[in-house]
Amino acid sequence: MDNKLLTGDLQLLNIIAAMPEIPKGAAVNIRKNGDKAVRTITENVDIRTKESGNGIDILIKAGTKGEKVYIPVILTESGLNETVANDFIIGDGAEVEIIAGCGICNSGSCGSSHSGVHTFKIGENCKVKYVEKHYGEGSGEAVMNPSTIIMVGKNSAFDMESTQIKGISSTVRNTVAYLAPNARMNVSERLVTHGNQNAKSDMEVFLNGESSSLQIVSRSVAQENSSQMFHPKAVGNAACNAHIQCDAIIMDKASVGSIPEIQANDAAASIIHEAAIGRINNEQLLKLQSLGLSAEEAEAVIIEGFLS
Amino acid sequence: MLRFENICYNVPENGTPIIKDLTLQVNDGEILVITGPNGGGKSTLARLAMGIIKPTSGRIILDGTDITDIDITERANFGVGYAFQAPARFKGLTVKRLLSIAAGGNIDDTECCKYLSRVGLCAADYLNRALDATLSGGELKRIEVASLLVRDLKLAIYDEPEAGIDIWSFNMLVNAFSTLGKEKSGSLMIISHQERVMQTADRIAVIAEGKLGDIGKKDEILPKLTDLFRRECIKVKN
Repeated sequence: MDNKLLTGDLQLLNIIAAMPEIPKGAAVNIRKNGDKAVRTITENVDIRTKESGNGIDILIKAGTKGEKVYIPVILTESGLNETVANDFIIGDGAEVEIIAGCGICNSGSCGSSHSGVHTFKIGENCKVKYVEKHYGEGSGEAVMNPSTIIMVGKNSAFDMESTQIKGISSTVRNTVAYLAPNARMNVSERLVTHGNQNAKSDMEVFLNGESSSLQIVSRSVAQENSSQMFHPKAVGNAACNAHIQCDAIIMDKASVGSIPEIQANDAAASIIHEAAIGRINNEQLLKLQSLGLSAEEAEAVIIEGFLS
Repeated sequence: MLRFENICYNVPENGTPIIKDLTLQVNDGEILVITGPNGGGKSTLARLAMGIIKPTSGRIILDGTDITDIDITERANFGVGYAFQAPARFKGLTVKRLLSIAAGGNIDDTECCKYLSRVGLCAADYLNRALDATLSGGELKRIEVASLLVRDLKLAIYDEPEAGIDIWSFNMLVNAFSTLGKEKSGSLMIISHQERVMQTADRIAVIAEGKLGDIGKKDEILPKLTDLFRRECIKVKN
């Protein structure tokens, strides 16, 4: 398999991980077409291939501050189907940003798929930001099924930004998280589907620790004949706060579903779920048109703002 | 100069007449305040001028051009602006972005601040705020007004700009209209029930039951309206 990085690969990497070139001085692991293409490590961040060969362990030392870890995956061959399991072990007090993401460029007639399982074991007093962008291009089918398991330690914060803007034919996203006392988790999910794409997102968060908190803000746009389904679930097992907000803009002949599920197993748990699905408001369009934008331009501005 | 010529507007769904053969002119550089009872057709006239709705019959002429059949976007680019009575909220769209769109491109923070200050908003606090439910109705209304102040318009239409604005900001708003009247060459059409706003007018027109009632210079119409209002109050009291 060809795993050297070409110019097109760097463009793809820039889209999914905002890296126009290989970052210097940062821990980097780029996987291309099922194989390692680039790996660099730092004094604080070690990356090791699992013995099974189907993933990596990312080991971040306790007390690491301000480092970025890049672990993008690209698939540029048609008909490639892979499953990868990556484990992140993050030591106490670490403050890091992890930039993942998967890009598929499939110009062939066979489908390509990537199923990744990311497991985070986050120590105490950590601050972790996890950015994940999914993107596909080319005429072939692109399938992505990411699973994320997160254990957020005491007094730690985990911010997750997940974006899928274009070109993924089908995706099933599973996220499960467990929050320790005073742990905080913020999830920002952005999704656009078009054509005949479908996307499903299941998320289950267990707020097990006293004073743990969760915020999920999901914004999506479903265009043309695409379909989306959201099923976020928050389970409060202690005195905790959770707020889930799912907003969707529906267009053309698309379909969107949202299944809210909240459960409190402690009298001091406070859990809120809000969900709204609607088309672009006519008054919004009129306002922007009255400022000189065409209907199409106005629609694009509204969607851009909604997803920002 | 804007001219409504024999405008009729019937509700498309049921044919109910809202505007009945109305002819009215807003002169160059003039502030025309349109007032009158609720449901009389004032906002319909404003929406007709912006091109949000089309008249059942009659013509709308702006600076010699018949704009009756041109759509809202073209009208905006032709120099017509409209501050909505109930401005839309947008998730994620920032105040700065809205003002930039209104200005037809990017404008810098200083420029944005200038216009926000004119409507009584502390600009630095607002530039990056989204135009969503976190803003109060009054804040949203003031930003709506600012989105017109940014533009250089042949015709600016303000639909009850005072609604939802507190007394301090209202003073600023009135000052903004007075300044606009002096600074800009375009015409202002303001729909209002407020005497203070009427005081900024060159002329006042009364629209009731879809027809043009009294119209004339401010000094001529305002005393009549004040007198009418006093008599109505006495009637209610008795």
